[in-house]
Amino acid sequence: MTESLKSLESLESLLETPKQTTPVPAAAPEVAVRCRGLVKRYGEVVAVDGLDLEVRRGECFGLLGPNGAGKTTTLEILEGLTVPDAGEVEVLGSAWRKGSKGSKGNHELRQRLGLALQETQLTAKLTVLETLRLFRSFYQRGRRPEEVMRRLALDEKRDAPVGKLSGGQKQRLAVACALVGDPELLFLDEPTTGLDPQSRLQLWEQVSEFREGGGTVALTTHYMEEAERLCDRVAIVDHGRVIALGTPAELIASLHAADVVEFASEPELPRESLLRLEGVQEVHRHGANWSLAVGSLIAGVPALLAAVERSEARLVHLSTHRATLEDVFVALTGRALRED
Amino acid sequence: MSDRPSPLWQLTLSRYREFVREPEALFWVFAFPLLLAVALGLAFRDKAPDRIPIGLVAGAGADRAAAALARSPVLLVRTMSPGEAREALRTGKISLLIEPGAAAPAVVPGPPAPAAAPAGAPAAAGVAEVRRPWTFHFDQTRPDSRIARLESEDALQRAAGRTDAVAIRSELVTEKGSRYIDFLIPGLLGLNLMGTGIWSLAFGVTTARQKQLLKRLVATPMRRSHYLLAQVLGRLVFLLPEIAVLVGVGWLAFGVAVRGSLWLLLVISLVGAMTFCGMGLLIASRTRTVEGVSGLANLVMLPMWLLSGVFFSSERFPDRVQPLIRALPLTALNDALRGVITEGRAPAAVAANLAIVAAWGLASFLVALRIFRWR
Repeated sequence: MTESLKSLESLESLLETPKQTTPVPAAAPEVAVRCRGLVKRYGEVVAVDGLDLEVRRGECFGLLGPNGAGKTTTLEILEGLTVPDAGEVEVLGSAWRKGSKGSKGNHELRQRLGLALQETQLTAKLTVLETLRLFRSFYQRGRRPEEVMRRLALDEKRDAPVGKLSGGQKQRLAVACALVGDPELLFLDEPTTGLDPQSRLQLWEQVSEFREGGGTVALTTHYMEEAERLCDRVAIVDHGRVIALGTPAELIASLHAADVVEFASEPELPRESLLRLEGVQEVHRHGANWSLAVGSLIAGVPALLAAVERSEARLVHLSTHRATLEDVFVALTGRALRED
Repeated sequence: MSDRPSPLWQLTLSRYREFVREPEALFWVFAFPLLLAVALGLAFRDKAPDRIPIGLVAGAGADRAAAALARSPVLLVRTMSPGEAREALRTGKISLLIEPGAAAPAVVPGPPAPAAAPAGAPAAAGVAEVRRPWTFHFDQTRPDSRIARLESEDALQRAAGRTDAVAIRSELVTEKGSRYIDFLIPGLLGLNLMGTGIWSLAFGVTTARQKQLLKRLVATPMRRSHYLLAQVLGRLVFLLPEIAVLVGVGWLAFGVAVRGSLWLLLVISLVGAMTFCGMGLLIASRTRTVEGVSGLANLVMLPMWLLSGVFFSSERFPDRVQPLIRALPLTALNDALRGVITEGRAPAAVAANLAIVAAWGLASFLVALRIFRWR
């Protein structure tokens, strides 16, 4: 039996996935995460297709894209949970290394990371506080479980079993588990998907607070509002590649259209006639409506109304909004971010 | 730093809490083996041997024969119509069917009718009216039928006036240690060590994998060896109470005493528990769903339930398969447990069995760790 215990000790060497550190001299100090040429295939499906990106220290970086764009796979590669088929990854100056060298190299790096996966179900029978104490025990230094619990408004649920928490509370607990090790770098995979507006706001506040303390955040989302509100820079991802990169303001400015006009008419106006209108940069179908990206509402709306009148059509719907990242995605891909 | 608890302790504590907050799990570990012990102990408790039911076809001389047969302590006689009797014999409700002959015992002087003459051989008419034999119908592959036949013949012949040529005295043996419950308690302990070890490891690990909890844990600086060790420790916490409950109830309720050393019993149980933890880990090393792991665990355990001498001695199986059965971990564990509990053997005498158990454990752990999947 002692032998089997010994073999338990040596199992690190047998069981390792990624791990270990080679100090990468090229790593500039201000870069928290850098990856180049990432490729990951699952059978025939190419989930990540030559993806490059760089997350700077202290920023909040967002991967924005529709479901199935490869955001989660990319994030898990950066987290050292998935081994890429090709490409290089460097996190906080270290590379994940796979193979049989044991977890000790990765161990050091993991001490500095916090993360929340998309689907983890924490042990249902443990309470909130017990769960946080468990996660705290893995880290050499960290924050007090009680304090993290208070910050994420979970005090009232302190002794509640995890299985009895609401969706929003579970998600906040997942983030609490990520924060309890006092990480330098936080990875969040769709942190607010499926949450009610109040829980979403609470989580956003926590992320902002974490950044004020000097932390770096990399997150995925398919909510453009979340990306605009939280992220300093956003990479728009589609089919496993970055198709646009910049601050939300830069990306929106790249449309050369500050506003978007949506309308529907009977009968419909042809696309060509819309493209000819003054100030119209882009025309897209959006459900039953046409969506026009315009440089200026003052010029665009009268021009549209005149065109409708000329073709003796009747206006069924008309609305306008400021251009968003959603419009950038639509302009780049011709598709909506979410199909709902 | 002082507020940082040991991760191994926290993991073990978590496993323990998860377990005790699952009432079903507690039932299977503690209540189930006890219920089995009590139910089987009562079913097979020491008492006067059951009487064997036999049927007597109604007719001339049946009443006297019934009275003679009823004096046997072994037989339970019912008189019935021929049709009823055939049906009862066919369905196994009676073990023997007696058709009275013409010469009823103690009625006809002279030589008694030969018993069990070949049926369907009606003797020649006339004389046969008086000498028609008594007919016994029974299945000779059934031991109880054979006993009933001997007892019935003896009862009828004595009633007809036969005397014993030799005097015989019976002395009955009821020594503790040779009863069924003495056989059963160590077997149930072995069975429980197997079930608890395999289920708690296999379920715990597979559930964690299915819920992506394993993946989340390996994303922390947690040592993987700590996680696995905690699963084993979380199970071993229940070892002492488990042994105490089964052995204690066996002792208090049925007088099954541990004849050998309690320490040796503990060592054997510990080795057994560890081995089945290893097998549980092996079963769960790659399975992704709880359904998958249930099937696999049953596949591993069912043969041992049957073959390893839990409810009846494994020596009942043919000689050819004995080496195979002896090599099973539960057979070896049960033999070692019986060695110390009922036979009071010394450590050296159970060492070989213990070595077989430990070898299974070691091999299981090594293979499990090599092929273990963390996500």
